[in-house]
Amino acid sequence: MPDLRKTYDVLVAGGGNAALCAAITARQAGASVILLESAPKAFRGGNSRHTRNLRAMHDKPNDVLTDAYHEDEYWDDLLRVTGGNTDESLARMTIRASSGVFGWMRDCGVRFQPSLTGTLNLGRTNAFFLGGGKALLNAYYLTAERLGIEIMYDTEVVSLNMDDGVVRSVDITNRGFPETLHARCVVASSGGFQANLDWMRQYWGDAVDNFVIRGTPYNRGRVLKNLLDQGVAAIGDPTQCHAVALDARAPKFDGGITTRLDSVPYSVVVNQNGDRFYDEGEDVWPKRYAIWGRLIAQQPGQIAYSICDAKAFPLFMPSVYPAIKADTIEELAVKMKLDPVKVRQTVDAYNAAVIPGQTFDNLKLDGNKTAGLTPNKTNWARTVDKGPFYGYPLRPGITFTYLGVRVNERAQVMMENGQLAGNLFASGEIMSGNILGKGYLAGFGMTIGTVFGRIAGQEAARHARN
Amino acid sequence: MQETEAVERARHEIEVCNACRYCEGFCAVFPALELRREFSAGDVSYLANLCHGCRGCYYACQYSPPHEWGINIPRALAEVRAESYVEYAWPPGFARAFERNGTLVSLVTALSIALVLILSMAISAPGQFFKARPMEADAFYSVIPLWAMQVVGLASFGYALLALWMGARNFWKDAGPAESVGVVALGIALWDVLTLKNLGGGQGVDGCNDNSERFSMRRRYLHHAMFYGFMLCFAATTVGFFYHSFFGWAAPYAYLSVPVVLGTVGGVLLTIGTIGLFAMKLIEDPMPVARRMLAGDVALLMLLAMSAITGLVLLAVRATGAMPLAMAIHLGFILALFLVLPYSKMVHGVYRSAALLRRATERNMKPLGGE
Repeated sequence: MPDLRKTYDVLVAGGGNAALCAAITARQAGASVILLESAPKAFRGGNSRHTRNLRAMHDKPNDVLTDAYHEDEYWDDLLRVTGGNTDESLARMTIRASSGVFGWMRDCGVRFQPSLTGTLNLGRTNAFFLGGGKALLNAYYLTAERLGIEIMYDTEVVSLNMDDGVVRSVDITNRGFPETLHARCVVASSGGFQANLDWMRQYWGDAVDNFVIRGTPYNRGRVLKNLLDQGVAAIGDPTQCHAVALDARAPKFDGGITTRLDSVPYSVVVNQNGDRFYDEGEDVWPKRYAIWGRLIAQQPGQIAYSICDAKAFPLFMPSVYPAIKADTIEELAVKMKLDPVKVRQTVDAYNAAVIPGQTFDNLKLDGNKTAGLTPNKTNWARTVDKGPFYGYPLRPGITFTYLGVRVNERAQVMMENGQLAGNLFASGEIMSGNILGKGYLAGFGMTIGTVFGRIAGQEAARHARN
Repeated sequence: MQETEAVERARHEIEVCNACRYCEGFCAVFPALELRREFSAGDVSYLANLCHGCRGCYYACQYSPPHEWGINIPRALAEVRAESYVEYAWPPGFARAFERNGTLVSLVTALSIALVLILSMAISAPGQFFKARPMEADAFYSVIPLWAMQVVGLASFGYALLALWMGARNFWKDAGPAESVGVVALGIALWDVLTLKNLGGGQGVDGCNDNSERFSMRRRYLHHAMFYGFMLCFAATTVGFFYHSFFGWAAPYAYLSVPVVLGTVGGVLLTIGTIGLFAMKLIEDPMPVARRMLAGDVALLMLLAMSAITGLVLLAVRATGAMPLAMAIHLGFILALFLVLPYSKMVHGVYRSAALLRRATERNMKPLGGE
């Protein structure tokens, strides 16, 4: 049992990947550590429990990564997705450090899948955790227990009480009971605020009621808000979040990976009025994946419907929910509670606008397009006419928010007045906006969490013991 | 395989797995399910019998209870496995043997012991049964005649092999058309069976989960002790049979003779393995297992353990007046083992091996969809 009267060297707020990397590193550096996870044990680990891999730089193939992924290519990828909304020195430091985390992770019991040549596009750039993110968390928690880190579940950090840039005490609720703790250093690794619908409502209005939160319901941003209210410097656009298109039947929280839908490029997508609203074939899906969440969020009722025919159905991975199936377009529209006449008109207009004759190729931008529509479909346009017809309802699925706290290369939190906080560090989603100000790169959140978790743990331990 | 609630439930869970695929590195089940997009009842049964129940996927699953989806693949597949034993039993009329399997195995065992005891006492001269016999050739057969042992042994074991083979055939056909079976596939499947590779936690070093997310090699090693112990005992019996039938060397054999050494080492390993596996059932997490399998599992473990222990006791007392009693009890257990063989948990080995063979024939097929 943790001793709540003791002054710990390092207090970690959070229980996901970044928090555990910080806690374990600090403990290995000799610090006494207490970790506070707001979720109960069964749901521990924040959004990390839904992750699968970590993007890592490497100069030659190894047992978990094929080929090579050099610093410059990694940086170019990051620059492209963020549109320059990043900090080059922090980003390059993270990229370089990503190549050196495997030995430490393995020592903590994390296992990787062997590199999968050819079967996964990501096999070159991303190392896959055997069993996924929850298996990784299990390994870290077992290591943390073995090292004697005190872990408290069902324990939310309510306030880091700062005075002159120094955290003097920490208010928590443990299973609903308030307590006050003391620590020489604090690491904030408590994620973003995407599960806090009231906060999201400030920027998105009542549309949030139709959003699906892909990850944990425990990322309510309480620590983040508390710090920003006390003069900690903010980074990242508070109004922005990473949103993808999901099966609308997904649960409100914690649906994870299986609710994703890849049908859009091979479909006609209509809103609830039965109108098309965007070019479904603009680019390959992995590049468009993250813009469709926003597109659907802007439609009436925040819902859209992907409609395809028997030709297109085998081309994409199904979601976990069965497709809605019908022999005619009208019947399908009725099953999806759309106006059958309107949907019929939209599909007919689309079919008439398809320019025939090109070879269909789902593996590249094949140039099969429509003419004369607003908007046109610019690739993979084929008539939707071979029954049975399949439909999926789509909603915006929120992965994470971009707003965070500003940090330096030692994971030290910075204040609005330009000073450094005396004993406060941050790692993971709560500071990833420093590096990833916009967009997303698969597996990069785990990279930031691991690299900055290790730095924060190291620095906090060193600081506490000086 | 019939459509049942268990099959429906398992199919639903498998479809969730197929949309996730995080566990594909753990064992043979996930790569096999990634080859399919629709799952017939036969496919579900194939996957269920491919599952070794290591539970790695349960503790790694982001959707396992208390998540609202409550995904619990080890339990869902174990439930289907239990039904598949009923489905494939031969002759079909004996399928009910699996319904209350623990009771059945226990009853058959009790009756077998009683039968062998009564018969062996009935055929021995009055007052002779408890008399010590000199350790000379044919001492055992003065209690139970050799021909009786051989006829009953060969007949019951032969029947068991036939019934198991017919069950395996039913299983193979039910999983649909298979790729052709080559030498390489046979070799891979045999290796997987003999090493229990799928209890290795994906990389062969971590093992499986017993009662928490902690990994351990205990179950794999205990199963090895049980399996190889059993095989050594079987080898001992076979060597004895050859000694007697072809060389005219009659039992009992010296302590350092081949059959006695094989039997002793085998008996000790079998005892350790079965008692160890039973002990693990007492501490295991009840969530990722099927309760309905428990009684049959324990009954077979106990039957194997008692076969081994009574064999070792027989060896210890073979020169004393307790020998006839010990032998009758030991042979009673062995008779029970042979009789229930095709209607006990033992069938899992046959279906599991067949499933691994089928998986080996599919090894070069590519997963459907995915990232």
